[in-house]
Order: sequence, then structure tokens, then C-alpha cells
Amino acid sequence: MEFYLNGELQQCTGVDANMTLLRYLRERLGKVGTKEGCASGDCGACTVLIADADDTSPQAINSCICLLGSVQGRQVLTVEGLEQDGELHPVQQAMVDCHGSQCGFCTPGFVMSLAGLYQRSLAQGGETPGRHAITDCIAGNLCRCTGYRPIVEAGQRMLTYPQRGIFNEPATQTGAPDRDDRQPLVGGAQRYYQPRSRSNLRAILAVEPGATLVAGGTDLALEITQRYREFEVLVDISAIDSLATIGEEDGYIRIGAGVRYHQLMGHPLLASTPLDGLLARLGSEQVRNRGTIGGNLANGSPIADMPPVLMAWGADVEVVNTLGERTRYPVEDFYLDYRQTRLQAGDYIEAVYIPMHLSRAPHRFYKLSKRFEDDISSVMCAVSMTLDGGYVLGVRIAYGGMAAVPRRASAAEQQLLGAQLTDAVIDNACTSLDNEFQPLSDVRASAVYRLDMAAALLRRALRALRDGDAPDVFELGEVSHA
Amino acid sequence: MRKLTPAYNPNAPAVDPVGKSLPQDSAARHVAGSAVYVDDMPAYPDQLHVAVGVSSHAHARVLGMALDAVRAAPGVVDVVVQADIPGSADISPVFDGDLLLAGDTVHYVGQPLFAVAATSLEAAQRAVQLAQVDYEPLVPRLEVTESLAAEDFLLPTRRSRLGDPEAALAAAAMTLSGEMAVGGQEHFYLEGQVALAVPDEVGVQIYSSSQHPAEVQKLAAEVLDLPLHAVTVQVRRMGGGFGGKESQPAALACLAALFARRTGRSVRYRMPRWADMVQTGKRHPFWNRYTVGFDESGVIQALVMDVAGNCGCTADLSDGIVDRAANHADNAYFLKNAAVTGYRCRTNMVSHTAFRGFGAPQGIVTTEAFMDDIARRVGMDPLDVRKANLYRPGDSTPYGQEIEESVLVDLVAELEHSCDYRARRAAVAAFNAQGGTLRRGLSLVPVKFGISFTTTHLNQAGALVHIYTDGSVHVSHGGTEMGQGLYIKVAQVVARALGVSIERVMPGATCTDKVPNASPTAASAGTDMNGMAALDACNRIRKRLVSFAAQHFGCDEGAVELRDDHVFAGEQVVPFPDFISLAYLNRVSLSSTGFYRTPKIHFNRETGQGRPFFYFANGAACSEVVVDTSTGEYRVTRVDVLHDVGASLNPAIDIGQIEGGFVQGMGWLTTEELSWNDDGVITSNSPANYKIPTAADVPEHFDVRLFQRPNAEDTVYHSKAVGEPPLMLPISVWCALRDACASLCDYRFNPRMDPPATPERVYWAAREALRG
Ligand SMILES: Cc1cc2nc3c(=O)[nH]c(=O)nc-3n(C[C@H](O)[C@H](O)[C@H](O)COP(=O)(O)OP(=O)(O)OC[C@H]3O[C@@H](n4cnc5c(N)ncnc54)[C@H](O)[C@@H]3O)c2cc1C
Ligand code: FES
Ligand code: FES
Repeated sequence: MEFYLNGELQQCTGVDANMTLLRYLRERLGKVGTKEGCASGDCGACTVLIADADDTSPQAINSCICLLGSVQGRQVLTVEGLEQDGELHPVQQAMVDCHGSQCGFCTPGFVMSLAGLYQRSLAQGGETPGRHAITDCIAGNLCRCTGYRPIVEAGQRMLTYPQRGIFNEPATQTGAPDRDDRQPLVGGAQRYYQPRSRSNLRAILAVEPGATLVAGGTDLALEITQRYREFEVLVDISAIDSLATIGEEDGYIRIGAGVRYHQLMGHPLLASTPLDGLLARLGSEQVRNRGTIGGNLANGSPIADMPPVLMAWGADVEVVNTLGERTRYPVEDFYLDYRQTRLQAGDYIEAVYIPMHLSRAPHRFYKLSKRFEDDISSVMCAVSMTLDGGYVLGVRIAYGGMAAVPRRASAAEQQLLGAQLTDAVIDNACTSLDNEFQPLSDVRASAVYRLDMAAALLRRALRALRDGDAPDVFELGEVSHA
Repeated sequence: MRKLTPAYNPNAPAVDPVGKSLPQDSAARHVAGSAVYVDDMPAYPDQLHVAVGVSSHAHARVLGMALDAVRAAPGVVDVVVQADIPGSADISPVFDGDLLLAGDTVHYVGQPLFAVAATSLEAAQRAVQLAQVDYEPLVPRLEVTESLAAEDFLLPTRRSRLGDPEAALAAAAMTLSGEMAVGGQEHFYLEGQVALAVPDEVGVQIYSSSQHPAEVQKLAAEVLDLPLHAVTVQVRRMGGGFGGKESQPAALACLAALFARRTGRSVRYRMPRWADMVQTGKRHPFWNRYTVGFDESGVIQALVMDVAGNCGCTADLSDGIVDRAANHADNAYFLKNAAVTGYRCRTNMVSHTAFRGFGAPQGIVTTEAFMDDIARRVGMDPLDVRKANLYRPGDSTPYGQEIEESVLVDLVAELEHSCDYRARRAAVAAFNAQGGTLRRGLSLVPVKFGISFTTTHLNQAGALVHIYTDGSVHVSHGGTEMGQGLYIKVAQVVARALGVSIERVMPGATCTDKVPNASPTAASAGTDMNGMAALDACNRIRKRLVSFAAQHFGCDEGAVELRDDHVFAGEQVVPFPDFISLAYLNRVSLSSTGFYRTPKIHFNRETGQGRPFFYFANGAACSEVVVDTSTGEYRVTRVDVLHDVGASLNPAIDIGQIEGGFVQGMGWLTTEELSWNDDGVITSNSPANYKIPTAADVPEHFDVRLFQRPNAEDTVYHSKAVGEPPLMLPISVWCALRDACASLCDYRFNPRMDPPATPERVYWAAREALRG
């Protein structure tokens, strides 16, 4: 396989299928500017930018959980590639001038995250991004020394220096573009495939029964980096364009399983929903640039954020087997038990389908976590409701973090259906949750808190859907002091 | 010889860098990715990597270990158990009990049992998973309150006393009693623990990420049964330390050194984050209880307080940590009569260790909680209660040290005014009076922090300064750079002392063969001590240069000046490099060591009395929050800080320390929650479930200012230490969160809200207030 590193073609030989980009950079190429702080996607010290070969709009990713094969044919920019003629890039200079580094270990990661924002800002006319855009862009970068103020300031200053783009020259493809994508990209005892079409994906899955699918790798790669698992056969579906599209189909919004969160953000078909506000708190920018909706479902986690949303939307998930047979399940039926789904060996998720009319119903999505940014939910609550003259015409309530699987609150829904939405009715529905869920106590929250929160969030949602939003500080984001 | 050209331009700006906001010495390398950390060092051929097999029980006898599968695993080159250690297996920093590899008993989940060296980190990690260990489980002790009840202490209990607290409590108009469990904290330095050992013909050369290279050297030598001079330890920089790299790095360095000696190959031991979070010590959780007596105007008459540190399974540095918790129970307040007792409780947990503040934060947060409770009881604004109790010159601390400066009163008054406290208090009250689930809270909290190691002998430092023939200067000292800006501050001191520009001064890596027997870089004293030692070295060289210049140019020594990169001798003005090469040709020594011992300090551990601190660093912060009391979610909306660093050597670095310390302390008190399950397994074992603050947690209004007053003591250019004290400033955030909850019961009382105030704890506090 091959990729472009800071503009230069790298032919990778003798790599194994489980190699991460970060390890390759540090151990094989001696490019040690990119750091490892956690190897789990949580700290951002390993942040690099990637772009398609002919593209100049880079995206920040966590190289620690990026499988090397997934950057096949793409451009990778690391901190070593920012200087030009021995001169620091404006992002780097701003970090120095603002005293943005103390121990310096997090610094290359911040520089790369800010460089991504810098490049996007240049593309939009070179205006200085707002404070919110800066804190969003670095929410996946942890710094234990500075307290962030000087780093945010560097973000506010970086465009005031003489401007200089990165990825100026799209790399020209000199490698072999016409590889047979049914053959492994990385071969040997451990194999890494990267098909470009669904039919080739099925063909590979048919001959490799032990294969493990990988999309963004933001869940799967942690098996490798945290538990030292070695997968024998990895099939990367991120190069299958037809899995990565969003469109309208027969009264449904179809979201391909390979659609990444950053593609969903701001998408016109979902513009009327509160999805963006939730996605801004799903992982970090680096995670959203890689993580897919299909991966979120297939991973089977009870605390994933998308399943409750999809349930509230009344969405179906479409599963395809090696013979090309398709089955559609309502999302709530896709989950069988703790980390168990309908997926059989050789199956893959092709897409989710959201009924157009349900997507347009009023919704509220609330995520509760210890930390506001880049944290896994303690409780995730998604509610959709249509009212007619104060009476509940339709309602769907779904939770993450409340059971072994993401689940709907059917009893509460039943109580609400057809009722006039008074405060008492709302309270009764909230109380019914106590009988419907037996959540666990764990490192994120206690069972009693989870139960109370399920009710608090439902109350907040139903009231907001009935009365309009109360001035709620946590939805408004930035708040001022007294 | 070059011609001496007097190129001095009297109109050029002075080059003296002291007091200037120079960037961190490696800033340009940090942003370029070219600053080298231990794991960035090039691999030697045949390099090996280490992983350890650890205990899965909190307390058990080890009946046997089957390691054949480990030895046979792909890539494994060597495996060691305790019996393979040639020297001492005990690597404790002060007392004993910290074993490099466990013997027949294990005392916490994650305790190393055996170690593997293999050709890659992954191979080593996979190999250790193949071990079969046979345990006989024993009953673990996991609650600090149980240790306290059973008097299961690692070290003797110590008390300090002032006046007659029992009588004063009995006589006090009002009293309050309470208890508080204070959470610990994971360091989460961004660079995990790491060491690299390279064997050489006499012993081993170690590159460590350590705040205490001299200790790493000593312990590695003891493990290898070598004299100290056969082991050299170098530390160029750490990717953060915060106390977590004071005693903890020794185990990694010792194992790497052991394998290096056994195999003759270079050995790298880097702990992955998940291992670091399980295997290394954290900030001590504490359990504190108190009775405080006060009068109707909230003035404290007496305090009786117990602080019980959860030390984990060994003493490590807990003696001093519990001392500091106890002797900061007064924070900024005169207690009149006090009895403070510190307990060092044993539990079957990883041995807790140094963390920025060294116990003081855990004492102070309890005190600040009862200051707020006194205010509710007497119906006063909490700030007025605090102000009424602030130390004034002449007051005595419970440990017998007299307060000499009057910084606290002035500083608090200045912040109260500059942050507009009274008007904002009124606005917060008005907002909360509207009712509703959103509530605001406000709090202004002072902090006083004693500067010096409480272990008196550690208050010494050495430095080494060379001037080379081109006039460039190299300085090294026993202090280590972990991001706090020590290297640039000492370089600034050296530049001023020699009268040269900062560009001439290069800070060199800290190395045990340049400056021996150094103390750890800790207790905030790095610049105070190493700066003074470097100054001493410069003064020695300077004296020789002045005497040479006077003699060479035929003038009085009094007429010689070193400044602005030149030497002025009578009528002569010589550029510094030219003068230096002249001195060299005239056989003047251009190198010197320097030494410093902190004056005035003494402390009697038995009586708990003395002057443990050279001086106090002071500060205050005012924080405002808004809380959604229906869920416990909150945001910090504004922070104003005024902090006393004496005459700042480098305001940008000092402000960076204050901001960084504030946010780190805020994390400790809010979202950072350590948790263990009933078997003693730590469940907060990854950044995915242990949440340190992000940029979005820091309010846009985060105003940090320096209190402008030089240190009254004769410290390096009258600056003050800054590393630890700011960590306690965000206690104001915690108090503000509680203040917001208290609005739900019309401020009749403060609900209990043991730190960390996670959204869940804030929610329960709000529930308690609502119940009334
Ligand atoms: C730092 C960090 C923060 C995170 N924060 C959040 C969060 O806030 N909320 C949240 O919900 N999640 C979060 N996650 C988890 C993760 O990012 C999401 O679950 C993501 O959607 C997974 O998608 P992926 O494409 O990366 O999946 P991958 O890791 O590629 O795959 C995950 C699993 O799904 C399988 N799979 C992938 N695609 C398919 C397919 N099309 N068909 C069948 N099987 C498939 C894989 O075989 C694998 O078992 C976080 C992860 C990290 C590292
Ligand atoms: S190393 Fe922490 S996110 Fe990659
Ligand atoms: S500068 Fe040390 S972690 Fe950011």
C-alpha cells in the first residue's frame, strides 16, 4: 500500500494488517512529532490531517486509532509538514506567541487540529473563526498544563499573520490506482482488504468467513490498541462510495452505513432536526471525521448515541448478507441482547431509512454526561412527539444507557398516546419509567441517578415540545455571567 | 586574537530579561514537533520493550506463577521475577514497602508480579496475558473509614495544637460539626510514564521521564547492586509531571535497567495509558471530620479537625502529604485555638502519591466548606465571614509559624473590588429569586500555601554554569523541566547575573553526572532553589571576571560592570564574547558550581511546631456558575483570579501556571471522579471514563492577574513560587456550585456535596436543598 506523507509518496512494505498510522509514523518512519497520549482516541495528541489525494480540504483524525490501510492513496499531513523553508506556519507561530505550550506534549496535536480549522477558514475567505468554532475544533484535544486559554487565543490569532495554506499542491497520484480491490491491500497471515464496491465487499466476505468489518475504526481499532488483539482479516468499507451517501428514497431519508458524522452535520435533509446539537457532543471532531452511523449500530453498545435517535425517528436498518439478500428491521428490533445484534457472519449494514414524515416531527435529543464535550452518555434520551390540539397524536421515546440495549419506553409512550398533555400526565409518564427500566450503576453514573435522569430528561423534552423551549442554558451553549 | 572593538550602542534596549514574558525555552520546538521526549529517542538496534504482569486481586497470597507460556511467547527475550533482582527489590522513596516486583503477597489490583522484555511493546503485552497465577485471596481493606476505625495506619499519627481548642469550643457561641470524603485525582500527564536504559561498560545510562532523577539513579543502583556512580540518569523534559513523576518513574527505570544489564541490549519501558491509570499512584483521597466553634459574627474561636489520608498500600510520600493536608487546614484563616490531627491510613489500593498541592488541597477544601456553612448559620455573606477570619501579621498558625506579611487582606480586598463581587452577588440573588430550575452561584475564596519542603533536608539545590570561549553560556541544575518553565526562568536569572542576553544562555538537560544528589523538582520550589543555586554559580564566575577585568584594564573592581552583553571596565567597553576569550587566554576559570540551602526553616515533627515554610504564596479567585438543578449539569460562567507571585521573573510563565493550575484543580473538584469496584479494581481506568476538563469547560471570561508586590523574603529577585498554589483557587468553583444549590432552600443551609461535584453529585445536593 502507499500514501502521501507531507506531500511525498510513501510505499509501505512489510506492514501487517493491524498496524496503525501512528505506529507506522513513529516506529517505521521515525516521524516522532506526532505523539501517543492514550491510543484510544480520547486525547488528540496523535492528531494528523488527512485528505483525498486530489483534495485540499483536510480533516483532523486520531492517528492512534487509524488503521494504516485506511489511508491508502490519501494524503497525510503531520506536524513535521507544516514548516516551510524553516519558517513556522502561522498556527505554530501563534501558539508560540500566545504561550500555548507548557510541557509541549499535547502541542503537535493542537497545532494539527487548529491547522485543519485554519485551512477551512482560509477556504471561507480567511475570517477568524469564532470562539465556539475553536473550542469545538479542539474538544478532542486534551491539555493538562495550560488551562486552554492561550490555545484558544492562538486560534483567534492564527489568521492575523501573513496567510499560508497547507496542502497547497494536491499530490498527484503516481502509484498504481487500478489495483484489484478484491485482493488484499496488505497480505500475508493477516490480511487487510479495501473493496471499492458493495459487490466486491460481498465477494470478499464470501471467501473470508472470519473477516471483521471496519468502517471508521473508532470502536474497532481500540481492540487492537487497548487489548492487543490481532485481527486475521480486516475488511475496510470506507472506500465504498455507495455506502457513504445520504439521499431521499421512496419517502425515506436513506443514510448509508458508511456515512460519517461530519457528513451528517448540517445536512439539508436533516436540517429541521435537533441532530447537529447532539452530534456536536458525539465524540470529538477527530472522531466525527471517521466514525460512521453503521459502526455505531453494529457495535451493539447500549450507550451509543445514534440508536435512540434513530428509534425516535422510527428508522429501519437494512442488513445485507453475502448472497445480496436484504432484510430491514426497525432499529429497536435490531438489538437482541447486550452487545448482540441481528448481524450474522458475512452480513453488513447497508443503510438506515428514516421515514420522511417522522423525521419532520418535532424532536428533542438530550445527552447527559459527566463532561459536556467528548464524553460517553450516562443517559441519552430521544423523544419525538406530534400534538393535535394539546392531545398526543404520536410519540416515540427512546433511551441509551438505561438497559442492556438501547430501548424504547413503551409504557410511557402508551400512557401518553391520545392523552391531553397536562403537567400531571407528563409526571405520570415520567414516573412510569421507574417500572420500565432497571439501569446499572457503573463508572459513569449510579442506577438511581440514571432513573431520575430518564424522568428529568423526558419531562424537559415533553414540556419543551408542548410549550416551546424554556431558556435552557445547556442548549444555548455560550452563556453569560450575572 | 580578535581586535577589541567597542561596539556598544548606549541607545540599544537593555538586554536584562528578568521580568519579561519570554516563551518557554522549547516553545518553537514544541510546535514544530521537534522537542524530544524519552519515547521519541531513536531506537538502538535490538532494542527491547517491557511489560509487566500484574495482580488481579486487591489482597492475596501468591501461591504460584506459571510463566512457561510467557517465556515461549513470540518475541519474548527475558522474563524476571522478584528473585532475579540482584540487589534490593525495595524501591521506596522514603520508608520501605514499595516492591519492584511483588513477593508472596499482593496488596492491590495492578501490582507488578513479573516483567517481560520482548522485541516489541505489543509482543511484551501479549506475552504477559499468557501467565497463570494462583492466588489465595485475602480480605482487602478498601474503605479509608475502616482503616481509621481499625487504626490500620502506615505511619504514626501526628498532631499540632494551638491554644486550648477544647475549652474554646465549649465556650463558643456556636459550633458546627461535619465530615467530608474528598476525592483523589489521576495525574493524566499527557506523556505517560517512560524510561529508556542503555547499558554501558560500567553500568547503565537511563533516560527517564522523572521529576527526581537522583532518586531514579539511587534506586536503579540499589536494584542492580552497583555504586551510584555507575548509573547516570538524564531528563531533558517531561510531558507533564504534576507530582506523578516524583516517585513513580523509578519502577520503570529500574526494570528497564535490570533488563539492560541482563541482556546487554537497550531497553525501553513505556506504560500505555490504560496501564498507567491502573498501576501508578494518584492524588490521595481523604476523609476529614471537624468541629468548628465561632461567634455571632462568624469569627472562628476554635477548630478540631482530623484529616485521614487514604495512602493506599505503602507509605510512599504519604508522610509529608498528610502533614501538608493538616498544616493547611487553616488555609488563610486565623483559628485562635486548634487541634489538627493527620492519619495515614492503609488500604489495599495502589499507593497514592504526590500531586500538585501535596495534600493541601484536600485539607483546604474541607475548611472552605465549613466557612460557607458558618456563613449560613450566622446569616452573613460567605465573603464577609472569610474576610473576618483572614490572617493578619502577628497571628500564629497551628504549627507555630507566625504570619509576617499582610498580603491576604489586601489581595482579597483588591479582588473583591475588581471582580465587582457585591453587585454580582446582588444579581445572582435576584436571578435565583425568580425561581426555576436554573440557579446561579458565586464564591470568592482565598488561598495561602506554604513554600518549602516540609522535609527540611530536601531544601537544597545545586547548579553548574559554564561559559564557553565564544561567550555562550550553558546552565544546568538539579531541577527538571516538566512544562512549568523552570529552564527559561533559570536562564533568565543567569542572563541577568552575567549581564548577557537570553540568547547566549542554553539550558542543558538535567543529568545526575552534572549536578549530583539533587532534590526532586517539587513543592513549587524549583525556581526558588535552582534559580538561587544558578545565581550562586554565576556570582562566583562573575567575581573572577570582575577581578580579572580590573587587573587587565587597570581599574577598580568597583568600576567593572557586566551588562547588556558587554563588559564595562573604567573607560573600556568590551563585547562579552571578546572579553570571555580574553579571560580564557589569561587562564581565568569560566565554570562554576553553585549551591543553595533555604534559610530560616526548621520543624519539629514530634511537637508539630516550628517554621516549616520560608514564606507563603497567596491568591484568591472568584467564580460564578449556573446549574440546571433538575439534572445537576452546570457551567462555569466567569472566573477572576488575583495571585501573588512576588516580583514575577516571567509573567507569561506565571500566568500560565496559574491558569493551568486552576483548570487542573477545577477538574479535580468537578468532572474527575476516581472509582473502584467492590473488589478494589479501579473502574475509572481510561480517558474514556475519567474526564479531565476540555477547552469548552473554561469560561470565556477567565481573568488572571498578578498581585504586584515583591516577596519580602530574599528569594531569587524577590519572586515567589507558583507551581502548586493556584490548584486550590478553583475551590471557588466548588463553593459556587454549592451556593447555587443552596438557593433552593433560600440559603438556610448548604447541602452536602463531597468533591468531585460531578453533575450527579450536584443533582443530589440540589435534591437535599429542595427537601429543605
Ligand atoms: C474518543 C471517542 C469518543 C466517542 N464518543 C462517542 C459518543 O459520544 N457517542 C457514541 O455513540 N459513540 C462514541 N464513540 C464510539 C464510536 O465513535 C462510534 O460508535 C462510531 O459510530 C463507530 O463507527 P466506526 O465507523 O468508527 O465503527 P468501527 O470501529 O469501524 O466498527 C465498529 C463495529 O461495527 C462493525 N461495523 C462497522 N461498520 C459496519 C457495517 N456497515 N456493517 C456491519 N458491521 C459494521 C465493525 O466490524 C465493528 O465491530 C466514541 C469513540 C471514541 C474513540
Ligand atoms: S493518542 Fe490519544 S487520541 Fe490518539
Ligand atoms: S502543554 Fe502539557 S499537556 Fe498541554
